[in-house]
Amino acid sequence: MTELKLREPLIFELSKPGRQANTQFPPQSAAADTAVSQIPAHLRRAEAPLLPAVSELQAVRHFTRLSQMNFSIDTHFYPLGSCTMKYNPKACNTYAMLPELAGRHPLAPESHSQGFMACMYELQEMLKDITGMQGVSLTPMAGAQGEFAGVAMIRAYHRARGDLERTEIIVPEAAHGTNPATATMCGCTVKEIPCDANGDVDLAALAAAVGPKTAGIMLTNPSTLGVFERRIETVAKIVHGAGGLLYYDGANLNAILGKVRPGDMGFDVIHMNLHKTFSTPHGGGGPGSGAVGVGARLLPFLPIPIVGFDGDRYRWLTLHDLPQSIGRLSGFMGNAGVNLRAYIYMRLLGREGMVRVAEFAALNANYMLARLRAAGFDPAYPMRRASHEFIITLKRQSREFQVTAMDVAKRLLDYGFHAPTTYFPLLVPECLLIEPTETEAKEDLDRFCEAMIAILREMEQEPGKLTSAPHTMPVRRLDDVRAAKQLDLVWKPAA
Amino acid sequence: MPFIPHTPADVDAMLEVIGAKSIDDLFDEIPASLQAPALSRVPPALSEMEIARLMGERAARDGRPLSFLGAGAYEHHIPAPVWAIATRGEFYSAYTPYQAEASQGTLQVIYEYQSMMCALTGMEVSNASLYDGASALAEACLTAVRANRQSQSRRVLIPRAVNPTYVDVVRAIAGNQGIQIETVDFDPRQGRTAVASLQRWARQDVTAIVVQQPNFFGCLEEVDELTDWARDNNVFVIALVNPTSLALLKAPGQWGRRSDGRQGVDIVCGEGQPLGVPLASGGPYFGFMTTRMQHVRQMPGRIVGRTLDAEGRPGFTLTLQAREQHIRRSKATSNICTNQGLTVTAATIYMSLLGGAGLERVAALSVQRTSELVAALGAVSGVREVFCAPRFHEAVVALDRPVAPVLAALARRGILGGLDLSERFPELGHALLVNATETKTAADIGRFARALAEVQSITVGARGAAQQRSMT
Repeated sequence: MTELKLREPLIFELSKPGRQANTQFPPQSAAADTAVSQIPAHLRRAEAPLLPAVSELQAVRHFTRLSQMNFSIDTHFYPLGSCTMKYNPKACNTYAMLPELAGRHPLAPESHSQGFMACMYELQEMLKDITGMQGVSLTPMAGAQGEFAGVAMIRAYHRARGDLERTEIIVPEAAHGTNPATATMCGCTVKEIPCDANGDVDLAALAAAVGPKTAGIMLTNPSTLGVFERRIETVAKIVHGAGGLLYYDGANLNAILGKVRPGDMGFDVIHMNLHKTFSTPHGGGGPGSGAVGVGARLLPFLPIPIVGFDGDRYRWLTLHDLPQSIGRLSGFMGNAGVNLRAYIYMRLLGREGMVRVAEFAALNANYMLARLRAAGFDPAYPMRRASHEFIITLKRQSREFQVTAMDVAKRLLDYGFHAPTTYFPLLVPECLLIEPTETEAKEDLDRFCEAMIAILREMEQEPGKLTSAPHTMPVRRLDDVRAAKQLDLVWKPAA
Repeated sequence: MPFIPHTPADVDAMLEVIGAKSIDDLFDEIPASLQAPALSRVPPALSEMEIARLMGERAARDGRPLSFLGAGAYEHHIPAPVWAIATRGEFYSAYTPYQAEASQGTLQVIYEYQSMMCALTGMEVSNASLYDGASALAEACLTAVRANRQSQSRRVLIPRAVNPTYVDVVRAIAGNQGIQIETVDFDPRQGRTAVASLQRWARQDVTAIVVQQPNFFGCLEEVDELTDWARDNNVFVIALVNPTSLALLKAPGQWGRRSDGRQGVDIVCGEGQPLGVPLASGGPYFGFMTTRMQHVRQMPGRIVGRTLDAEGRPGFTLTLQAREQHIRRSKATSNICTNQGLTVTAATIYMSLLGGAGLERVAALSVQRTSELVAALGAVSGVREVFCAPRFHEAVVALDRPVAPVLAALARRGILGGLDLSERFPELGHALLVNATETKTAADIGRFARALAEVQSITVGARGAAQQRSMT
């Protein structure tokens, strides 16, 4: 079992007026005071903001200790379904942070940007190849913004054709919450359709849902249920036949890298989560990068800027080149530094490595599924292959032993594993969505499976160990209801 | 195989447990007709040594020019501990703190960050960050529409002195939800938004006004007057601010001269990059947003709260999640899922190292360097400062000839001389937006001014031709 029982006061509690990390201060001068005195008093602050006053060592120790209170890929197996927590190669950070690249101003002229732009152009080309799309824009700053760009392009396409009634977006009920939320942000309404008992889209429900108001459908494939949508070509036929377009949510692209291409499945637009499939860091919840790819129909609507190449020089494509673009989604060109890390990752893997990703992600997932099933856990879709992830439902154990999926998740922390995704997708009761990724070794998968088996035994013999878990973390289970009711969002000095 | 640990024996043993003959069998549910062709545009793999060389060459090609570019992204000194700690694997390779007990480090950092942003902006609550400053402004406009219940119009006033790229982003993100953007002119002499030009909107249904401080031109707005006007007309104020400037300038929570308790703005947002985040070609940065407690349920994005654990000890967790997409789906306040955790971690370390006093010095030296820059450039023949309002660390100067060739000639001398404004703001003439932060020395400024003088004198012959071109 791991012990993570650290405690650390707030940085404000370490603070003492007059203490400073002076080395970090620019010099004080009379000239600066004179320059500042040009600013009228009524526009100035009366007193300095209440930020901490600590020494450099105090700050370093404080944040280092806080880092030690986290699980991470570098320290723990992190099989968080739908999030693709694979190894983030150190080289990606080191070479994206070369001083010239880290210091490049986003508005630097093309004459001083050819090296950087070459990387972005090649990244665009590689992503087109992998997705089977005609055009790529790297500007969306996260998956959800990629989704926004995709649906906004679908709307722009219909509008450009004078097809103004098409404002309905169809999503399967198992979809990520971002799908319906995105549709709303794009001014669309949402129509949810069910899946059948084997996890495929209910084709009859789909056929009944489409019509002259259909803007498009948002799908993940493999779906959020961890299985491949086998009748995707029929789905495409039905939606295209009704005049709608198909949106591919790239959350699960890791499962099919180099095996199947969304463009070949009939999708018109896709977003990719570069922080999942292409291993840029998750950073404690971001930054991500949500590059979008499109087929021929949506090319004119891609968000700007994009890097173009005339065979000699790279240049920025802007509104002059793409007058029908849905516009700009960020102050500059999106999360360029994240895109650089993805570029380096893809060059390290190369052509062969890309295909191996999907193969070994599938091997690891199917292996864990087989082991857990043999140990008495229930797969949510027992008749199906796992993709790169799979769902276990604890419905039976929950009834029998009065424990929940959340209890199992918390107990796994005590065994030194980050918990799988819990309670998603919402339609599978008491579920764990498990995604090992291709970078985990068999021994680690085995250790996880053995922990699950031990927890199963605890359920029968001493369920209290689960319901009161975790026991080895810096805190015991937290009171979320209190957190939402008695809001404490900001530290305030004692009066 | 890069980053795949399996030995052939592992693969055999695993396939046996699965009951499959080969890895290909695992893909047997995918229709054969959909099999992907071999990748043609992904080159063969490189080793790390080869990547090191490639990236080194690419970086060297772009070089390290002396830059006076600002316009929303600013070069500041970043203390060595900031990224040494932020890139520790425990922060760098963790994810969203959904399992709070195993993520107390990230959660406490965000709680400290929220506290610091409230201290800087003078507001009561902060979220855990948004993507960048521009998208934060779009989200702020949408938040104002939800929160200002006295307004039905979805009309937002955005002065022309607000960063024009940000306005493009607001249009792209919020436009599909029926937000109506109205522009307000700036005073051509002062370079700031004139309260008089707001009068045509008085007593009309306006949801919000955006006030950028310092504005896009680097000029300081009369924020008290603008805020009081908005209060008198039931218009929400969205302050768009540079966080470095807040060490010196009045916090938006104190804008306005009213004494009836209705002082201060409603929403504050902005670009967090100046707080320890490298320029890095435009991202990843982070957008911040703070507001009053009464609007907290209208905020987009993650929020961290302090609570108690089962033993009554304090701990941190994500809270108010009923606003968010994974719970509320189509009725969420935004589709945003992530925050910019890593850059927020860097900013929190940066603010801790600098403190209020250090940040004030950074701001003051930036003001000083910018005034020295304006003086040095103004001494070059044919160059003058355009506006007379007090400024922070950016200024508009006008040349006597088209800007683009001058900037190109400066770039050939290794100097990025600022941003050409002539396309966006043709009424300002041959205008150039320049910035100097604490990272620029007197020698750097002297080098820029001498190079500009040299370029101006060399392009004298070209001047006539350029003027001819601009006339045709």
